[in-house]
Amino acid sequence: MAGLAATLGSGAMTNAMEEVLQAKVILVIGSNTTWNHPVFGSLLKRAVKDRGAKLIVCDPRRIDLIDFADVWLRHRNGTDVALLSGLQHIILREGWQNEEYLKERTEGYEAYRKAVDFFTPEKVEELTGVKAADLYAAAALYAKSGVGALYYCMGITQHSHGVDNVKACVNLQLILGNLGVVGGGVNPLRGQSNVQGACDMGGLPVFFTGYQPVSNAAAVEKFSKYWNAKLSDKAGLTLTQMIPECGAKIRALYVLGENPMVSDPNLHHVEESLRKLDFLVVQDIFLTETAQLADVVLPGVSFAEKLGTISNTERRVQLTQPALQPRGNVRQDYEIIADIAQRFGHEFPRTPEALWKEIRDLTPAYAGISYERIREVGLPWPCPNETHPGTPTLHVGKFSRGLALLSPLEYKPSAELPDAEYPLVLSTGRVLEHFHTGSMSRRAEILDRLVPSGHVELHPDDAAKHGVADGEKVAVRSRRGRIETTALVTDRVAPGSIFIPFHFAEAAANVLTNDALDPACKIPEYKVCAARLEKLA
Amino acid sequence: MKLTIDGRSIEAQEGQTVLDAARANGIYIPALCYHPRTGKAGRCRACVVEIEGVRGLKESCATPAREGMVVHTDTPRVMETRRTVVELLLADGHHNCLSCQASGDCELQRMAYMLGIERPGLLFDVPPEPLDESSEGIVREADKCIQCGRCVTACQNTVVNRVLAFGYRGHHARVIADDDKPLGESSCVLCGECVQVCPVGALTFTGPRKARIRPSETTATKVTCPYCGVGCQIDFHVKDNRYVYSEATETAWERQPNKGMLCVKGRFGLDFVDSPERLRSPLVRKDGKLVEASWDEALDLVASKLKTVQEAHGTDALGFFSSAKVTNEENYALQRLARVVFGTNNIDHCARL
Repeated sequence: MAGLAATLGSGAMTNAMEEVLQAKVILVIGSNTTWNHPVFGSLLKRAVKDRGAKLIVCDPRRIDLIDFADVWLRHRNGTDVALLSGLQHIILREGWQNEEYLKERTEGYEAYRKAVDFFTPEKVEELTGVKAADLYAAAALYAKSGVGALYYCMGITQHSHGVDNVKACVNLQLILGNLGVVGGGVNPLRGQSNVQGACDMGGLPVFFTGYQPVSNAAAVEKFSKYWNAKLSDKAGLTLTQMIPECGAKIRALYVLGENPMVSDPNLHHVEESLRKLDFLVVQDIFLTETAQLADVVLPGVSFAEKLGTISNTERRVQLTQPALQPRGNVRQDYEIIADIAQRFGHEFPRTPEALWKEIRDLTPAYAGISYERIREVGLPWPCPNETHPGTPTLHVGKFSRGLALLSPLEYKPSAELPDAEYPLVLSTGRVLEHFHTGSMSRRAEILDRLVPSGHVELHPDDAAKHGVADGEKVAVRSRRGRIETTALVTDRVAPGSIFIPFHFAEAAANVLTNDALDPACKIPEYKVCAARLEKLA
Repeated sequence: MKLTIDGRSIEAQEGQTVLDAARANGIYIPALCYHPRTGKAGRCRACVVEIEGVRGLKESCATPAREGMVVHTDTPRVMETRRTVVELLLADGHHNCLSCQASGDCELQRMAYMLGIERPGLLFDVPPEPLDESSEGIVREADKCIQCGRCVTACQNTVVNRVLAFGYRGHHARVIADDDKPLGESSCVLCGECVQVCPVGALTFTGPRKARIRPSETTATKVTCPYCGVGCQIDFHVKDNRYVYSEATETAWERQPNKGMLCVKGRFGLDFVDSPERLRSPLVRKDGKLVEASWDEALDLVASKLKTVQEAHGTDALGFFSSAKVTNEENYALQRLARVVFGTNNIDHCARL
């Protein structure tokens, strides 16, 4: 999000999902779309199959989408800046860029152009392992097929240089004039139902709702006045900064519907940190691994028992309605929050409608979205007034920031690379059948039967080297910990690489992962760390 | 444009078929192979109508509506053709509504009912086929398949998962998975689109089947899927305040983000709402153990502890994690709590994880 906000002025998916059907060429990088966003994956496959769109997939793993690809670039984990800059190097050298667009809508070209010079196809081959000829073919296909849409996911962002990766995606789209047009865009696929909304609502340490900065005096005044309260203009800490500060700067933590005990990097360290707190309160629907450490657990309700809005990956605000009556001595999540506020002498709204009114009053992009308008079909923000139709495509004619910024980038290796002691590259992610920390999906009977336990994907060559057979129990060790899991021998991963889904607390991939963070956006480096495999006696 | 169907003057849009126009105006024309998502297939001939000035019967699913058209959906000729269609389908297979999971939600049953067919007029001795119960989520009953082809088109063209196809020839033609594997051993990814478009009971979901709950017994509410960020709109089917099954919403499906589709998680992953592990009461730690407490006790404790920490270490000693799983309203409320009540901007969520 930081990368998009800095270069374009808005940290969100730029184009509606269905616009993929209007793209002439599609580039997917760092997204195992058919597993993690399967329904969008189907639309994407339709674009290729029915509309004749060309497809370029960049991924170190042989993901299923490759069956539909014209070109597959199998770069090494963590070399995305080099790969994407290499494509741009060829495009600029061949003169395939959109000159007019560059002149009228972008800035920063000089410095950017100089930085791209470094990424010759030969250099890129050395860094990424992608053959110069394949890189050329991909560049030609992407630049010369017409409007191009770029989709990415955590394979781009979860690196110690995640922001640079995003900027490299933006650069590519800018030089080809693929932003602000239907069927194009820089499109991060959001991995959770309301991750967009949580950001939009000011669930971030530096923004009020609608990305109004807490450091901006006018914004602070506006919110102070509306809430009739004195507000801090000091940037807060991110989640990944708060965890290590537990017991030091942070003494009490209030966790609503999150499970850092499985989702965060370097889990042994997370547990140590949470145990140092003076007070931990968790509001959830299950006694998650995190809730088990809490001093107080407050039972909220599930998605199926609540009224409210949820903003999807394409900024579409949708109404969700209660289908079940809550059971047991539980309360609506907003009620619990209001109950606490009340104990400090604050009256908070006690209905979703009343909260929604405040959101619309305070957030220009949401102002026009009434429950009534979205009862049947949602609306994408910005939607500034009740007659506005919503905005499926961002940046048409003008970027949120005025001119878009081309960023000069350099190649930075991942924080921890394989060596003699830890010779394998470990990457983590999800499987089709499960979701995130498994607190929901592992309690779903059929999903649990389909995939009851974790595994490590291991290339046949590496399996042979270690004398490990498919289905055999193995241990995986990194500098931060050790887990035992089952070997899944497959050429989906490249030789020298392993992949572990992170849903399974009993064999938690995040015991192993590196808590190195991107310096700008504080995202952890889940996609690359060094590990080794041990055969169990 | 205006046309006349069964003596009623009807307004139709450009691009609509006669079937679309009729259905949009509440006129029943059965269609077994046509489905709005899989399109016309020209296999069943259930949707034939008579159009004045046009020779022979026309398939309404394939005939564009035109200005001034005069259509009849219930002439003796039309009814006779439909009757034959239904009689032949009933004869070829084992359509036993008494035990069928789809009863009450079956387009063949409805068609037979509308035609007043009380019992099949043609009886063939068709050998029964075994159930395919190999899949965790979907049961296949070849005996009930009418070979309309919706599931094949849905699998191939709608979700593009390319598992189901027609195999074998002539009288032996049937829907197969991969190279005729049991569904549970095939490359099926359990998106369930085939079940959702199946007009009969040939494809049904295991969950409601085991629970002995038919679709006609449930009520549905449109909810947003709690898993990834696509925001699929789900008709969440409930009976007696318990979840039964999911369908991609058919309400304005073309304008929804999921366009009538779901994946295995939205389709089969929502029963966690009824899990016995759901928290039922506030819990407070006493002597190292979490034990049940009243709301007042739990909330008073939270308030006093937060206050103590705040007074001892300052407001920025408090941290808040909001959630990418809860609504906008709830996220808004929590950041307001952090900022207004405690004066800290230490609020974040798992967007980066």
